[in-house]
Amino acid sequence: MNSFEKRCAEIRREVMEMVIHGRRGHIAPAFSIVEILSVLYDHIMNVRPHEPRWPDRDRFILSKGHGCMSLYAILANKGYFSKELYKTFCKPEGILGGHPEEKVPGIEAPTGSLGHGLPISVGFALAARLDGRSYRSFVILGDGECNEGSVWEAALAASKHGLDNLVVLVDYNKYMSFGKTRDVCDMEPFADKWRAFGFHTCEVDMVKEPESLIQLLKGLPFTAGKPSAVICHTIKGRGVPFMEGNLDWHHKSKIKDEEIREIMDHLERDHA
Amino acid sequence: MRKRGLEAIYKLACEHEDVLYVGSDVGKGTLSQFQEKFPDRFFVEGISEAYVIGMAAGLAMNGRMPYVNTIATFLTRRCYDQIAMDVCLGNYPVRLYANGGGLVYAPLGPTHEAIDDIALMRALPNMTVFAPCDADEMERGILASHDYPGPIYFRVARGGDPIVSKSTDGFQLGRAVVHQEPGDVLFVTTGVTLQIALHAREELAKQGVQAGVAHVHTVKPLDRETLEPCLEKAPHVFALEEHNIIGGLGSAVAEVIAEGARHPKGTFTRIGIPDVFPDTYGRQENLYARFGLDANSVVQKVLEKLNPL
Repeated sequence: MNSFEKRCAEIRREVMEMVIHGRRGHIAPAFSIVEILSVLYDHIMNVRPHEPRWPDRDRFILSKGHGCMSLYAILANKGYFSKELYKTFCKPEGILGGHPEEKVPGIEAPTGSLGHGLPISVGFALAARLDGRSYRSFVILGDGECNEGSVWEAALAASKHGLDNLVVLVDYNKYMSFGKTRDVCDMEPFADKWRAFGFHTCEVDMVKEPESLIQLLKGLPFTAGKPSAVICHTIKGRGVPFMEGNLDWHHKSKIKDEEIREIMDHLERDHA
Repeated sequence: MRKRGLEAIYKLACEHEDVLYVGSDVGKGTLSQFQEKFPDRFFVEGISEAYVIGMAAGLAMNGRMPYVNTIATFLTRRCYDQIAMDVCLGNYPVRLYANGGGLVYAPLGPTHEAIDDIALMRALPNMTVFAPCDADEMERGILASHDYPGPIYFRVARGGDPIVSKSTDGFQLGRAVVHQEPGDVLFVTTGVTLQIALHAREELAKQGVQAGVAHVHTVKPLDRETLEPCLEKAPHVFALEEHNIIGGLGSAVAEVIAEGARHPKGTFTRIGIPDVFPDTYGRQENLYARFGLDANSVVQKVLEKLNPL
């Protein structure tokens, strides 16, 4: 296991620390974005964790807000807040809720209602241009989330404005809440849709070659004057075989000790 | 009113660099002077209201003050979720300039008639709801808005409404204006129903009934300090609004009355659209008459209340 894989396994274990205390959450949707988040926060984005409102920071929105446990873990690891907060996940005294809000250091916009992140990210990218700043606006969308019309309204606008400081990363894990994405509302041809909406679009296999995303994003913008999109092929629930592609784990509450132990066993094994 | 409000937005933009104009697809040539002078701060984004609100919120999160101009029904009904989560939750200064509040678009039918906008906006934490009575008051509201925190909903009435507000009213966002102290009757108005109340008041005076008028241009936050003494004084209170009787000004006033601010033997009547969608076309005045919102109908309702059969 290389250092990147170790990092991702550690983030998943820390997600489970939140679950141990909160006994609920969208674990599988969180696990599918761990590699993308690690690439962004460890290798690509210019941020200052101890100065979360630094004006020149790259902006990031997790538009599929239900995957927030992985984002919390990354943010805590970068130093935005203490890992002690994991213990308060979804608790009355805590700030780490089941969907992220701006009261959490490092969270730029509240998400959880799907289809909101890209429009706000377009606003960020336009604000950078207006203010003459060079920061970039990154956003992760879920594949199911891309059913929302507002995503495509915003895509039209991003293209119209030629926002080459905007980067869409689609977590294409092929599953929604009810069933497979292709059965509930097929997005294929997915990459071609983004291309048709004016994005320079690439695809990355986040299972076999997750680190290739680093090299790819180092080449941003892909095309001057065009927004960028990366379709990231992921696995929902990645890292835990019985969770991968298992709809029961989209969201779960009253999670039992035994289930947590089983998940941790898999993650420990990977970590060894 | 619409034009004067837009011109006031342009005036603000000349003074404050953070002011932006964001339109969807309304009105050829709208604010061409703004577009010419500040092309970078002038956005026309297409018929995509959900996106427009998110985008405006994203700009506001980065220190800008967007004035979003489109039609009231599309602004409120279509992208309620975006207004709630992207704008109100974080209390960002996005300004919603909502054309066609009430029955302005009578000939265009229910798709364009904002009969529920005050109720929808009023229910959102952090939102300020402003419904001026005339172009002067709209201009005052816009000019005052730059220094006012949080999101604001501007309910825009039809153009050419008679000017009844005065520069001596001591305008302040959030403060009600008492035009006449209450007598036997008190009208509480918002938007252009102030004009209707003033007409009704004249007519009632001829018949020996003294009516007061309290104008509530800011429906939320409601100016209880000004309203409560008026409500306590008047035996018969009538809330008058170009809106469904559910959820708007009448409901807001009813809440204050129910919580204790009332005349010991007082009555309270909501006059507005009786929880129906308009089912005919014509002019705004035709629908006023249909729903009993014209001055004559209002006078009749008051007299019936004062002299029950």
